[in-house]
Amino acid sequence: MMPLPDDYLKYEHRRHGMDQSLYDWRPSGERKPVTWPGGKALAAMIVVPVEWHRLNPQGKPLRHPGAMMTPWPDLRHYTTRDYGNRVGIFRLLDALAATGLHATIPVNAVLLERARPLVEAIKEGGHEIAAYGLEADRIHWSGLEPGEEERWIGETREAFARAGLNPRVWMSPARQQSFDTLKLIAGHGFDVCLDWEQDSVPVAMRTPSGEVSAVPLSNELDDRTLLIDRRQSEDEWADQILEAARLMISEAPRAGGQVLSFSLTPYVSGQPFRMHAVRRVLEALAGNDDVWSATASQIAGAAS
Amino acid sequence: MTSADPNLYDYWPYRNRPKIEWPGGKKLAFWIAPNIEFYEFNPPVNPKRPGWPRPAPDVVGYSQRDWGNRVGHWRLMELMDKYALRGSVSLNVALCQHHPEIIEACAARDWEFFSHGIYNTRYSYEMDEAQERAVIEDSIRTVQEATGQRIRGYLAPALTHTPRTMDLIAEYDFWYTCDLFQDDQPQPLKTRSGKLVSMPYSLEVNDVITYGALAMTPTRYADVLKRHFDELLAEGAQSGTVMCIPLHAYLVSQAHRIGPFEDALAHITAHKDEVWFATAAEIAGHFRENYWEQSLADIEAKGCKRAGTGFDDAAA
Repeated sequence: MMPLPDDYLKYEHRRHGMDQSLYDWRPSGERKPVTWPGGKALAAMIVVPVEWHRLNPQGKPLRHPGAMMTPWPDLRHYTTRDYGNRVGIFRLLDALAATGLHATIPVNAVLLERARPLVEAIKEGGHEIAAYGLEADRIHWSGLEPGEEERWIGETREAFARAGLNPRVWMSPARQQSFDTLKLIAGHGFDVCLDWEQDSVPVAMRTPSGEVSAVPLSNELDDRTLLIDRRQSEDEWADQILEAARLMISEAPRAGGQVLSFSLTPYVSGQPFRMHAVRRVLEALAGNDDVWSATASQIAGAAS
Repeated sequence: MTSADPNLYDYWPYRNRPKIEWPGGKKLAFWIAPNIEFYEFNPPVNPKRPGWPRPAPDVVGYSQRDWGNRVGHWRLMELMDKYALRGSVSLNVALCQHHPEIIEACAARDWEFFSHGIYNTRYSYEMDEAQERAVIEDSIRTVQEATGQRIRGYLAPALTHTPRTMDLIAEYDFWYTCDLFQDDQPQPLKTRSGKLVSMPYSLEVNDVITYGALAMTPTRYADVLKRHFDELLAEGAQSGTVMCIPLHAYLVSQAHRIGPFEDALAHITAHKDEVWFATAAEIAGHFRENYWEQSLADIEAKGCKRAGTGFDDAAA
């Protein structure tokens, strides 16, 4: 057996701080406390991802969560995902409206034309629309051909412009990035990103094309992960979101304002039997005087 | 080439649809789909999927499903009798040969039958048009001979399809398919001919999904069914909704499960004033007669109508 090359035991970035230059190391105790508008203890960001899952995904370099699972034509999964964009999301929008909360809604660019009435409904509801790449099966990663990622981001920007939208918030399909993604989205006018979650407050990311604010979105409170992958009940899922809110509010006097974030995936939490738990979470957040319900760009703005 | 988009229906936002009213001014059309299935002991291999997850013979899998036929369906029929609920049977039509006693018991209750293929171990993948037509014609003929009923509905065996499935069943004058899960209301499908309705089948509360994929306990499943029903009933005041409970006796009729399941049926049947208890063909027939044109007109008015029908169209 050949041994590993000698440089496998060389540690180029072994020093205090991070092993990359996108942002600096900063333990939470050294953070200057963040103050939210009105002196609220907690910012709550609700993210509703609107995805189009094609019947024939390539799945490169990974299958997007929710991608087709059985041999083509997998009408079962195509139509269950589509349910979210047709039916489930309107339940979520109604529940948000009933509580006066505003969500951040990343939309795959291919849906802007296809589901035009949905885009109008999101705008009428006063929510913030974010760019979510072209579609679920166009995943940004470092194995793409040179120029391809920048072309996708440019096409995404153009599709939103054609729809009369000028989002400043970006979320990558599957929250997957290449080493260049931040630089490229900054170059196309996106200065807020939902892919990173290295802190419980926004973090300023440096790129050669300008700064991008990483507003944290919690992977560990993702509804699809907890309810489908981990088979937790709706009440267990809701309890965890509200426990996170309680804990971070209790920390506010010494830690300052933090961000509670979670996703409501239309084809998951928009199911009829799950809406009771969605309403319980939204009502609890809306009725809590310590909570500032805000969109990604509002949170980025308040933290900067 | 495989299409990215089936183009079997157009986008249609749930909000502000024209009102559907079920007979008697009811808000929710409720139906139950007992899947009455036969899984072969040693099925031929489809290149896209083995007949069983384990090497044949999968004796636990096979015998559990046989338990459903020998014990489970009878227990479920008694329970549904108690609540005066008729089933719409999702039928592997070879059951008519294997176990005619079950077919007779369902027919005696005036239950509806629709095709769920020949066997649940014979998948549609890789079938050519003649083979798929043979399955459909066999389904129509077999159920007609066994019961006198002309089937009007389809649920592809094991949810396996070809790009032609919807066009073919529409051509054979089927009224509805349960294969598409994009909605809680019926919708006209875009087939080359015929008048085929997409019938809500509520796959997310199918007992295979809830007990299996989502690992629910019996009491949790009952709670989920009640909540699903309550939500769709409330929304039905705006425009009539559909709820189905797709069942498999080899799962739901187990001794530890059917008691809690009864609680859900008791809850649902307590709302007789607001709910139309119907079969799938009755629901599809009512929709075709009264709401087909209105639905298409609303889709067009909302700017959602797209050209073409089905997989192979250039618009896909």
